[in-house]
Amino acid sequence: MKVLVTVSEVASVDDEFEIDGLGVDERYLTYDLNEWDDYAVEEAVQLREAADDDVEVVTVTIGPERSEETIRQALAKGADRAVRVWDDALETASVLDPVTKARVLAAVVADEEPDLVLTGVQTGDDSFGATGVALASAVDFGWGAVVNHLDYAVGDEVATVHRELEGGVEELAAVDLPAVLTIQTGINEPRYASLRGIRQAQSKPLDARGLVDLGLSTESLPLGLELTGLHVPEVESDVELFDGDPEAAAGQLADLLREKGVEA
Amino acid sequence: MAVLALAEHRRGTLRDPSFEVLTPARELADALDTDLHVVVAGGPVETFAEELNREGVDVIHTVDHGEEFNQDVAVQAVEALAADRAYEHVLVPNSVNGLGTAPAIAERLDRPLATDAVAVAADDGLVVTREFYGGKTAGEVAISGPESVVTVRPGEWPAASGTGEAEVVEADVEIDESRVKATVTGFQEVGAGDVDITEAEVLVSVGRGIEEEENLVLVEALADALGATVSASRPIVDNEWLPKDRQVGQSGKVVTPDVYLAIGISGAVQHVAGMKGSDTIVAINTDPSAPIYDIADYGVEGDLFEVVPALIEEFGGEVPDV
Repeated sequence: MKVLVTVSEVASVDDEFEIDGLGVDERYLTYDLNEWDDYAVEEAVQLREAADDDVEVVTVTIGPERSEETIRQALAKGADRAVRVWDDALETASVLDPVTKARVLAAVVADEEPDLVLTGVQTGDDSFGATGVALASAVDFGWGAVVNHLDYAVGDEVATVHRELEGGVEELAAVDLPAVLTIQTGINEPRYASLRGIRQAQSKPLDARGLVDLGLSTESLPLGLELTGLHVPEVESDVELFDGDPEAAAGQLADLLREKGVEA
Repeated sequence: MAVLALAEHRRGTLRDPSFEVLTPARELADALDTDLHVVVAGGPVETFAEELNREGVDVIHTVDHGEEFNQDVAVQAVEALAADRAYEHVLVPNSVNGLGTAPAIAERLDRPLATDAVAVAADDGLVVTREFYGGKTAGEVAISGPESVVTVRPGEWPAASGTGEAEVVEADVEIDESRVKATVTGFQEVGAGDVDITEAEVLVSVGRGIEEEENLVLVEALADALGATVSASRPIVDNEWLPKDRQVGQSGKVVTPDVYLAIGISGAVQHVAGMKGSDTIVAINTDPSAPIYDIADYGVEGDLFEVVPALIEEFGGEVPDV
């Protein structure tokens, strides 16, 4: 059995930052493994650990060379090998839309023929929350979105999942394999990479591919979105801030709370 | 030409975002001088159609298939309707069901998809405003070509009101069962514990800023001193530091206490959806750009590890060592 896990490197923005053109100034960005993907990798590795048969866990990333450091994190946590896809056409896009990403990933799925694809529910930066389901459609797999519990043993033809809906309700669903499941945070407890794992990750295969290698061309991709402006959202904040040192601020806050009738 | 909105439902009830999506969809139809169609698949579709017949809706397509909202059925329904008539734009709620459906619709129809729109403008083409980096920035995204699928953020538009004069049509859609690959088998309420945070008058709510599980004693001591109940944002529950029934937000509980004290909570939109109805919101957070300050009435831009102990002392409580 083969499990393919999509892994993204995402940028988070410092508390104080500046916008430079259509992006946040690089100086204020920190790159890391997407939080949701960390859970997806863990879920895949746990599936392998619970299985009697051989399970190969392969990660796939759409991202520039810089992201290889992040990809190695997933390898250090137990993935067997990695595929990274990048191209000038992707580099120059102002924003990668979910359908474009799905078409690129679909070509990798066609190559790798996994039984199960795990993705994070969303990325922390663009937060489209859509690539996994679009991918399922592109490769004609079943899918389950926002999965926070997975019952699946290697060899089963159906995965039983809990989907996290709104308002503290979960949907129980049966999803036919092959399938794409988008994994929600909290489904498991992602491990920290061991020193041994980090060392091993350095020698695990990481295969870089361009669009042409996957039988794709720029023209074949929709690239249907263009970012035309980026700004700090205007806030209608009328927050009253309590100033001073922590004691002084806490004193003012305590006065307010008493005024509101708060007491033990 | 027309705009199509997809309605979603659960356990026999249309969900609020299904009525909200009609508002931007009607605005878009007005801008393009065209009709607004709605499709609802699964469940008691005749009753649903009556409820969806709000002002501005021109046609309601019903697909009577199964009891629950099924993603594969919804996708096939939209695909079939779009094959029959040129819907320029398909609008879908950015709910869990919406996000389980819209990406497949976009992929099948081969159109651009923009999710979680907070504004939609039809100018020389469609331009969608959406947030990036957890709401720290917002961007305008131009959609290439005349067609799109857009999901719209719940709570961002008012629900369509009034009664319309919509024509209700049983859609001529054959559902291909071999392409229905996921089925809903049931529902489950999570975390029915001994504490009901929705009943609390004062909530001390803790988020990622608390850093370590050991530090939770600090907010517990504060809650004791204030006679309050402890609740939490998602990361705390994901880490299993507190049980799931303590989670405030879209996927947790919706709370409306007299006082909501948000400690080390950045205020992601999913969290805010669960607490914005609180009478008084107080935030303690070091990050001045944290979105929690957009909704807070009062705030302390300081280190919770300094402010919370001082506040515990103000109320005569015992400050634990952390």
